[in-house]
Amino acid sequence: MSDLTHSATFVPEIPEEQGERNTRRAFLAAAGAAGICYAAALAYPVYRYLASPSEMALSATAVTEVTLKDAQKLPAGSVLMFKFGTAPAMLIHHENGQWIALSAVCSHLGCTVQYEPEADRIHCACHGGVYNAYTGANVSGPPPRPLRLFKTAISDTGVEVSRA
Amino acid sequence: MTTKTITSSLYDWVDERLGLSDLAAFARHKTVPTHSQSFWYYWGGISLFLFILQCFTGVLLLVYYRPGAEAYESVRQITFVMNFGWLIRSAHAWAANLMMFSILVHMFSVFFMKAYRKPREFGWLSGMALLGLASVFGFSGYLLPMDELSYFATKVGLQIPVAIPWIGPAIANMLRGGPDVTEFTVQRFFALHVVVLPALFVPLLAFHLWLVQRYGNAVPPAEESKPAAERRSIPFMPNFLRKDVAMWIISLNILALMASVFPWALGKQYDSLVPAPAGIHPEWYFMSPFEMLKLLGTVLPGEAGEIAGILLFTLGIVLWILIPFYDTSKESGRRGRAAHYFGLLAIFALVATTAIGYWTIR
Repeated sequence: MSDLTHSATFVPEIPEEQGERNTRRAFLAAAGAAGICYAAALAYPVYRYLASPSEMALSATAVTEVTLKDAQKLPAGSVLMFKFGTAPAMLIHHENGQWIALSAVCSHLGCTVQYEPEADRIHCACHGGVYNAYTGANVSGPPPRPLRLFKTAISDTGVEVSRA
Repeated sequence: MTTKTITSSLYDWVDERLGLSDLAAFARHKTVPTHSQSFWYYWGGISLFLFILQCFTGVLLLVYYRPGAEAYESVRQITFVMNFGWLIRSAHAWAANLMMFSILVHMFSVFFMKAYRKPREFGWLSGMALLGLASVFGFSGYLLPMDELSYFATKVGLQIPVAIPWIGPAIANMLRGGPDVTEFTVQRFFALHVVVLPALFVPLLAFHLWLVQRYGNAVPPAEESKPAAERRSIPFMPNFLRKDVAMWIISLNILALMASVFPWALGKQYDSLVPAPAGIHPEWYFMSPFEMLKLLGTVLPGEAGEIAGILLFTLGIVLWILIPFYDTSKESGRRGRAAHYFGLLAIFALVATTAIGYWTIR
């Protein structure tokens, strides 16, 4: 009996109050960690659920080429808007016979840009950005970067647009 | 300045303007009676918690759900295409069932504790109104996926008001948006489910909770007859709230288990030309009235039986709602006992007809 009491009192050699504080702290830490795990287990499915469309869009942007059926019939001096992955893009058939495919997303704040055949330029109506219709270079206005240029291959059945 | 002084001066700033310490002092003084029947006090809180979960999961479903002609396709997408969409939908459907169950437990516990007596009549009445709204929530939500089961359930359910003489068919057509259940029906049920019902339910719930706060928890008659010195109570903060939260976590775990182990099914898209599938039956919380109507139909066939059934059922509900005006106080004596037997009869009738209903599914 005396041995038992001895061994029992032996463990908390540290002053009792401090030992109590240690177990209390350990308990609170464990409870906090369990709570965080619990909350994370609830939040994860909700996050993935809400993120579904952006995950789907991500797999769509992995697209490296798009075939535009019958686009070779596009008359000179006109434009065809299409989607490259999820983002809008434009195929321009210039008067001189040149075929140009560009991203149609303004590098400034993401509006969809417009080809103006009479001025032979690309214009963004949102903030007046202007791009070169042959190279996509940002010519004037706020756009910080050029429009992305795609490669084009013309065939009898359509136009194939691919990443440069 | 240390973090502690910043926190306390921030607290003082907010407290001075919003009176937080008054609120804290108020919460410190609030107590809840404790006795052998205290377990039943948690069911209102569980119902409330499940309602809050319904709001959360409902908003999540709203992110992808499209009412009208595309309803089925959008639910199919939620269930099979979106990440964890099946889980969110399943949680919404299961929480609806669990909420219905906990509301019923709450109602019967209030009934047998005689917590509807003076001055708590409005608590009883608002609670009954909330139960009614919850049933309409359940009925309208059931149609939204527009699969075979929801189509026939709504078709049958909206056939019941048709039995009301003269105005019945007009009421049914108004609810359906035409003579048959179509995309017009799902569109108006959607408006009901996500706008009209919450707009009615939330203020009514606030009123209900305010009454609970104002009059406190009622104690059962056995406890009430004890001298005041022998009755015990615990502080609301933190003792009762801690137990409340524990109950909520248990409910959440049960919900998570049910929703993930028994995911809610999605049937085939509805087609008015396809006959009703075999074994079709209402949700368990509508099984009893459904079966009562069916049983009465065998005794009194035809339209007479239907009208008699609706009258009898309405009468039962009206009596149930009016119970605080019959059994008014602890001096009620014989009336108090009669109310008690009426409650037992109601439970027996509900359980028996539900059991018969499930027993006779073909």
